[in-house]
Amino acid sequence: MKLKKILAAGVTAVLMLSFAACGDSNTPAGNQDDNASALSGTITMAGSTSMEKVANALAESFMEKNSGVTVSAEFVGSSAGIESLTGGSVQIGNASRALTESEKGKGAVENVIAIDGIAVITDKANTVEDLSKEQLTKIYTGEIKNWSEVGGSNAAIVVVGREAGSGTRGAFEEILEIEDACAYANELDSTGAVMAKVASTPGAIGYVSLDVLDDTVKAVKLGGVEATPEKIIAGEYFLSRPFVMATMGPIEEQSELVQAWFDYIKSDEGKQVIEQVGLILPQ
Amino acid sequence: MSGALSLIQIKAPKILIRNDIVCKKELNGEMRDMNKESIIGSSRTKSTIETAAGFIFAVCGTIGIVAVVSITLYMILNGLPAIQEVGLTEILFSSVWTPTAADPHYGILYIIFTSIVGTFLAILIGVPIGVLSAVFLSEVAPKPLTKIVRPAVELLAGIPSVIYGLLGIMILNPLMYQIELKIFEGSTTHQFTGGSNLISAVLVLAIMILPTVINISESALRSVPNYLKEASLGLGASKIQTIFKVQIPAAKSGIVTAIVLGVGRAIGEAMAISLVAGSSVNFPLPFNSVRFLTTAIVSEMGYAVDTHRRVLFTIGLVLFVFIMIINLNLNKVLKKGEEE
Repeated sequence: MKLKKILAAGVTAVLMLSFAACGDSNTPAGNQDDNASALSGTITMAGSTSMEKVANALAESFMEKNSGVTVSAEFVGSSAGIESLTGGSVQIGNASRALTESEKGKGAVENVIAIDGIAVITDKANTVEDLSKEQLTKIYTGEIKNWSEVGGSNAAIVVVGREAGSGTRGAFEEILEIEDACAYANELDSTGAVMAKVASTPGAIGYVSLDVLDDTVKAVKLGGVEATPEKIIAGEYFLSRPFVMATMGPIEEQSELVQAWFDYIKSDEGKQVIEQVGLILPQ
Repeated sequence: MSGALSLIQIKAPKILIRNDIVCKKELNGEMRDMNKESIIGSSRTKSTIETAAGFIFAVCGTIGIVAVVSITLYMILNGLPAIQEVGLTEILFSSVWTPTAADPHYGILYIIFTSIVGTFLAILIGVPIGVLSAVFLSEVAPKPLTKIVRPAVELLAGIPSVIYGLLGIMILNPLMYQIELKIFEGSTTHQFTGGSNLISAVLVLAIMILPTVINISESALRSVPNYLKEASLGLGASKIQTIFKVQIPAAKSGIVTAIVLGVGRAIGEAMAISLVAGSSVNFPLPFNSVRFLTTAIVSEMGYAVDTHRRVLFTIGLVLFVFIMIINLNLNKVLKKGEEE
């Protein structure tokens, strides 16, 4: 008797599950977007690995809005990206630096979509207010080991940085031209960890994206310039770089699709996406 | 003979019951139903249940094997491509780790050294404390105190490793930084780490393996037969002599198991030490910032691409081989214990 009851219950459960499964497969697949515009086709871009985050974020939100459009992005490095553009294999070339004269000579037009800014931070008690590019380079390569060498108190410098592969580390080392020449005492795997370590360690120095600065740490002036979005847009603060989406000829001459892409980047929605990934908007 | 006899004994009641059912079938329908409700049931339902149960057990047993085999296969399949690309000697015997440079190097020699040295030192500190705590709990401590200490040790085992790491950051690192500043005062060659160094990691690991070592050593000590202790005491040995000359040697295999499990725990720990060790690739000197095999994977997995990512899987494979070797040794030790 008991066995029969158990069997019956089991069979009922299996049947119910299978009906439920049928029900699922009967619902219409995917919601049709009523607002889908007439845009369709593919935008191709190639370039800087540092721009992977922002390019993918923009591509995803753009494709969500225009379901007929595919944005395909390759991340091969700035120079290789611009080469693909001038060679005609992509519509947009991404570069995480200003275009060179020779690149402009080949017809590439510089469209700055965002600016990447990095702040150098120390603990609150540090008396050093200002560092030159040379001093910062020497601190990170291990030539300067004491704050007294750069006008501070007699205290050891604890060099804090990010792990290999981090975009912030890539940008920092690229701008100072010390790629893989840094002597880190701490390689931490998140911005938050860098902030916490620097805030709690007397004599520590670190670098973080500009947008996460708060009052637990002190941002150092670089070459006499404060780390603020205004100074970065004005081009005075050296620890920053433009994110360029270059096109062959001005945007007005591009296909309708590419124009729509740049319109989207300049729209409020696009600006929001750029700010969300921690970048500064150009004025 | 005895086997045959017991067979008969088992079979005999069965036959009786069958006869019983047959008789009752003829007699009364209701009686038959009642009989089905009994534990024994009819021979057909019984054999169905037996087969089904056997099948379910087999499936459950296989899940473990499938998991082990698939993880092993996965680790090997993902670890091998980088070995082919970069070369096994370049990975294992080079000490330069610059995975994102224009001319990348993927040497993990220092990382392997750090894992070995760090684990060894953690064992060196943790095991004596653990074994002596176990002696205290099983032999020396008064009962009321045991009632406090044992739950405390068990609680220690349940604390998540990230909590150990956070405590390390808040307490150990500042302390280590003070010591570092004193020792290397005026040094022009030492790279100051702010207290994130090998010693911090070793201390955290030593505390983390304590519960494992204490619990297993204690049960090993408790399972030492009482007559050994009584004989020793009866021969005039003091309590301490009895503990060190009789009870600990008798519980040796259990204590060795505790140590091997402790090694496994220490070498596989990632979260806590990634917070306190500084994570720079350096030779494992006490005040150097160091990176372990586990933290090497954790810290760079986020943004690693292509060869760099594949090398991280290879590091996983190296770690996997390390742990396999330790486990095989553990099995040997356990079997030795059984033979004795």
